[in-house]
Amino acid sequence: MAVCIAVIAKENYPLYIRSVPTENELKFHYTVHTSLDVVDEKISAMGKALVDQRELYLGLLYPTEDYKVYGYVTNSRVKFVMVVDSSNTALRDNEIRSMFRKLHNSYTDIMCNPFYNPGDRIHSRAFDNMVNSMMMQVC
Amino acid sequence: MEGLTLSEAEQRYYCDLFSYCDTESTKKVASNGRVLELFRAAQLPNDVVMQIMEQCGATRLGYFGRSQFYIALKLVAVAQSGLPLRVESLNTVKDLPLPRFVMTKNEQESRHTALYSSDADNSASYSGVIPPPPGRIQVKKGSVSHDAVQQRTSTDQQESTSPVVSPQQSPPTSPHTWRKHNRHPSGGNNERPLAGPGPFWAPFSEAQPGSSTSSDPIWSGHSPPPHQENWVSFADTPPTSALLAMHPASVQDQTTVRTVASATTTNEIRRQSSSYDDPWKITDEQRQYYVNQFKTIQPDLNGFIPGSAAKEFFTKSKLPILELSHIWELSDFDKDGALTLDEFCAAFHLVVARKNGYDLPQKLPESLMPKLIDLEDSTEVGEQTGEVGYSSSPAEAPPSKSPSMPSLNQTWPELNQSSEQWETFSERSSSSQTLTQFDSNIAPADPDTAIVHPVPIRMTPSKIHMQEMELKRTGSDHANPTSPLLVKPPELPEENKMSSSVKFTPGNTVTDGYSSSDSYTSDPEQIGGTVTRQRSHSGTSPDNTAPPPPPPRPHPSHSRSSSLDMNRSFSVTPGQQQAGVVAYPPAVPPRPQPSQGAGPHVHRPVDAEGLIAHTSTSPQQIPEQPNFADFSQFEAFAVSGVNKEEDDEIETHSEVLQVEKPPDSASSLRVAKADGRVEDKAPANVPTSAGKGTTPLAPPPKPIRRRLKSEDELRPEAEEHTQKTGVIAAVLASQPSIPRSVGKDKKAIQASIRRNKETNTVLARLNSELQQQLKDVLEERISLEVQLEQLRPFSHL
Repeated sequence: MAVCIAVIAKENYPLYIRSVPTENELKFHYTVHTSLDVVDEKISAMGKALVDQRELYLGLLYPTEDYKVYGYVTNSRVKFVMVVDSSNTALRDNEIRSMFRKLHNSYTDIMCNPFYNPGDRIHSRAFDNMVNSMMMQVC
Repeated sequence: MEGLTLSEAEQRYYCDLFSYCDTESTKKVASNGRVLELFRAAQLPNDVVMQIMEQCGATRLGYFGRSQFYIALKLVAVAQSGLPLRVESLNTVKDLPLPRFVMTKNEQESRHTALYSSDADNSASYSGVIPPPPGRIQVKKGSVSHDAVQQRTSTDQQESTSPVVSPQQSPPTSPHTWRKHNRHPSGGNNERPLAGPGPFWAPFSEAQPGSSTSSDPIWSGHSPPPHQENWVSFADTPPTSALLAMHPASVQDQTTVRTVASATTTNEIRRQSSSYDDPWKITDEQRQYYVNQFKTIQPDLNGFIPGSAAKEFFTKSKLPILELSHIWELSDFDKDGALTLDEFCAAFHLVVARKNGYDLPQKLPESLMPKLIDLEDSTEVGEQTGEVGYSSSPAEAPPSKSPSMPSLNQTWPELNQSSEQWETFSERSSSSQTLTQFDSNIAPADPDTAIVHPVPIRMTPSKIHMQEMELKRTGSDHANPTSPLLVKPPELPEENKMSSSVKFTPGNTVTDGYSSSDSYTSDPEQIGGTVTRQRSHSGTSPDNTAPPPPPPRPHPSHSRSSSLDMNRSFSVTPGQQQAGVVAYPPAVPPRPQPSQGAGPHVHRPVDAEGLIAHTSTSPQQIPEQPNFADFSQFEAFAVSGVNKEEDDEIETHSEVLQVEKPPDSASSLRVAKADGRVEDKAPANVPTSAGKGTTPLAPPPKPIRRRLKSEDELRPEAEEHTQKTGVIAAVLASQPSIPRSVGKDKKAIQASIRRNKETNTVLARLNSELQQQLKDVLEERISLEVQLEQLRPFSHL
C-alpha cells in the first residue's frame, strides 16, 4: 500500500516513478530524490560482503511525520524506493520486503525483454499493473 | 426457479436478445429499460407482462439476470401462443414458437440506416453482406440463424488477420450492446466507446486496406469476421437471401478451413460460445508460416529462440520498440527471455495483428497461450480441444436447466479464462512471477514448515529456477533440521560416493560434505546438494555438535552379510555389545565387497585398497597369534575394548551410516576405527601395497583384533572410515576363535606387535590419503559455495 514507488537506475536517475495521483506528486519525487542519499550511504556502509537479500533490502530509510521511506537495492545498483503513508499503520517489515521482492521480480522480467534497453524508462504494462496493485487505492 | 430447457434456436435467440438488452454490457444483467421495451414489443397486455416478470423472478431479484431474462422470454413465447402462464409450462411445452417482438419503427430505422451507412463506408467488402436487421420481426430463426452461423463459421475459419478485426469491429449494424458483447478479445478496444456503428466502420475500413495487404484473399467479399451473436441477431431479419448468397461464396473460399465440420450444430454452438478466442486464433497456414520462420532462426523446434535473435527478427517488422516490447511481454509466457515455438507463434501473430492495425490486447489471448501439454504443433490442437471442450458444455446446454444454461453462457468468458487457467496452469506456475509468489508465500512462514523440494513447481525445465527456489528457500530458512534429513535419503544412494568428506558430526554436516563433493550429477542431486549445502551453514547448529546417542544402525539395506550382522549387532549394541561382537564372525568373507560396492566412487578404490590391505594384514596377523598366553587377558581386554569400541564405533557408525552408502558403512566404520586407532599408535609408513597381497584373507584370530581394538578404542576416532570396518568386522568375527587360540606368549605377542605396527603404518598412510581427499573435497565445496553466493543474489530475488 505504497504511496509512491520509484525505480532508480544506477546513475541515480529515475527509470520509473509512480505516485498515488491525489497528492502533490512533486513532493514525492523530491522525497525519493532525497532518499537516494540515504541509500547511497547505506550501500557504502554495507561493504562488498555477502550480498544477501537481507542486505538488498535496506529497510526504513527515514521517516517523516507523514510517511516512511523504504529502500531496496539490487546487485546492479538499481534502487527501488517506496514511500508509504505513515498513517497506514503496521505495514509490517515482511510485507514491505515482499513488495520489494515483487518489484524486483517484475524488474527482472522487464530485463528479460530483449526490447528493453537497460537504462530506458520502463513502459511495461505488466510492471504497471503490478505497481498499481501495490499502490494505495485512494480513489 | 425451475430449470429451463431451450432449444438451440431459442438459446441463440435469447442470447441475442439478452445482449441487446445488455446495455451496460455487464453480460449478466439486462437493463430494465430495454427489457421492458422488449416486452412491450411483444405486444402482450401489461398485466401479462407483470406476471411474466414476477414469474421469472425479476421482481424478486430486482433486475434481469440472464436466467431470469431467458425465463421471461420463454414465458413471453408461452403467452404469445396463448397458453396460460405457468412456470411449469416452460419446460413442458414443446415446440414453442419463439417469442415475437415487434420493434418500433424508430429502432428499425435507426438500425437500418446504420447498416446502410456502414455499408456505404465499406462498400467493397461488406455491403452485400450485412443483412439489414429491421428488427426482430417474426423470425423463423432456426434456418436463418443456421445459415448465418454457417456463414459466420466459414468466416471464422478463414481467419488470418481478419479475425483479429472482429472483436473490435463488430458488424457495425449491431447496436453497440451487441458489439460490446463481443468486444472481449480485443483488449485494445475495450476502452473504445461504442458510440454507434458508423464510426466503427471508419477504423474498420482503415483496417481493411491493412488486412487486404495481408494477402488474405478470403477476406474480400466475405462477411465481416464472426460475431456470432450479432450475426444471429441479424439473422432475425429477412434478408436470408443475402445471407444465403453470401454463404455459398464464403463456402467456396474456405480454402483454409479447418477440418471442423462447418455448419454443424456443434460448430455453431461452439462458435457462439467460443467467440472470444476466435479472433486470435492462428490458422493452419499462418501457423505453418510461423513455424517456418521459427526454423530459420532456430532449426530445432523444441528449442528456444534467444531474446536477441527474436529482437532482431521482430525489429524487422518495423513496429515501434514500445509495441514490440509489449508484444514480447505478452508472448514470453515463462519470462525466460527466450521464445519457444508457441511463444514465437504467438508473438508473430500479435505482430501481424498489430501491423494490420489491430490493437494489442492487454493480456495474451487464450488461443495464443502456449499450452504446456503439447508445446510444438498442438497449440492449435490444444485450442481446438479447448474449444471442443467448451463446446461440449454448450452442446449439453440445451438439455440443461435454464439456470445452468444461462449461467453457462454467462460464465463463458469465465470458463474460457478458467480453462485457460487450467490449461496453462503449469505454464503460469512456471513463470517467475508465480515462482516468486510461491516463495514469498512461504518465506515469511515458519521456515521449518517450508516445503522441502521446489521441484514440482516449475514445469518447464529450468535448473536456474529450481536453484533459485532452493536458494530462496534455503536463504529464508536456516537450520531446518528436518529437511536435510528428508532430502538426504533420496540422495544417499547418489551421494554416498563422497565418503571422504564425512565428518563424524551427525546428519547435516555430513550430508553437506557429501553433497558438496557430489557435483551435479543431476538436478535433484544438485538441488539437494544446494539444499544440503545451504544447510551446512546451519549445520553447525547445536544439533550437530553433540553426537547423538547411537541410533539403531538404521540401514538394514546393507548388501553385505557383515553389515547385516552389523545391523543386528549394532542394534543390540547399547547394552549388549558382546552379542554384537559375536555376530561378527560372518563379517570376514565379505571383506572384499567394499571395494566392489564402492566401485564408482573415487575414494572407494583407495579405501578398498586400504581395506584389502588391512584385511590382508589382519589375517596375516591373526593366524600368527593363535595362542597367547595372555589370551584371557586379551579376551578381557578385548571385551572391554570391544565394548568401548562399540560405543565409539556406534557413534561414528551412526553418523557415518546416516551419510554413507549403507552397504559399506557398517563394516567400513569398524575397520576405519580400528585402523585409525592403529595408525594413531604407530606413525609408520608402511606402503599400503606392501601389505596388500601378502596374506590371503583368512579368518583372523580374534585376539589380535581385540587387542588392536583395546589399544585403539581408547583413542576416540573422528574421521573417515570406509571399508576399514571390514577389517574390524573380521576381527570381531574371529572372536569366537579366541578361546581356541591360546598360544605362545611373548613371541606371538611380539610378532603381533610387529604386525600391528605394520598395520599401523598402512592405516596411517591410508588415513593421510583420506585426509587429503577430505581437504580437497572441502575446498571444492567452499569454492562451490562461493560461486553460489555470487549467483544467489540474482536468482533468489
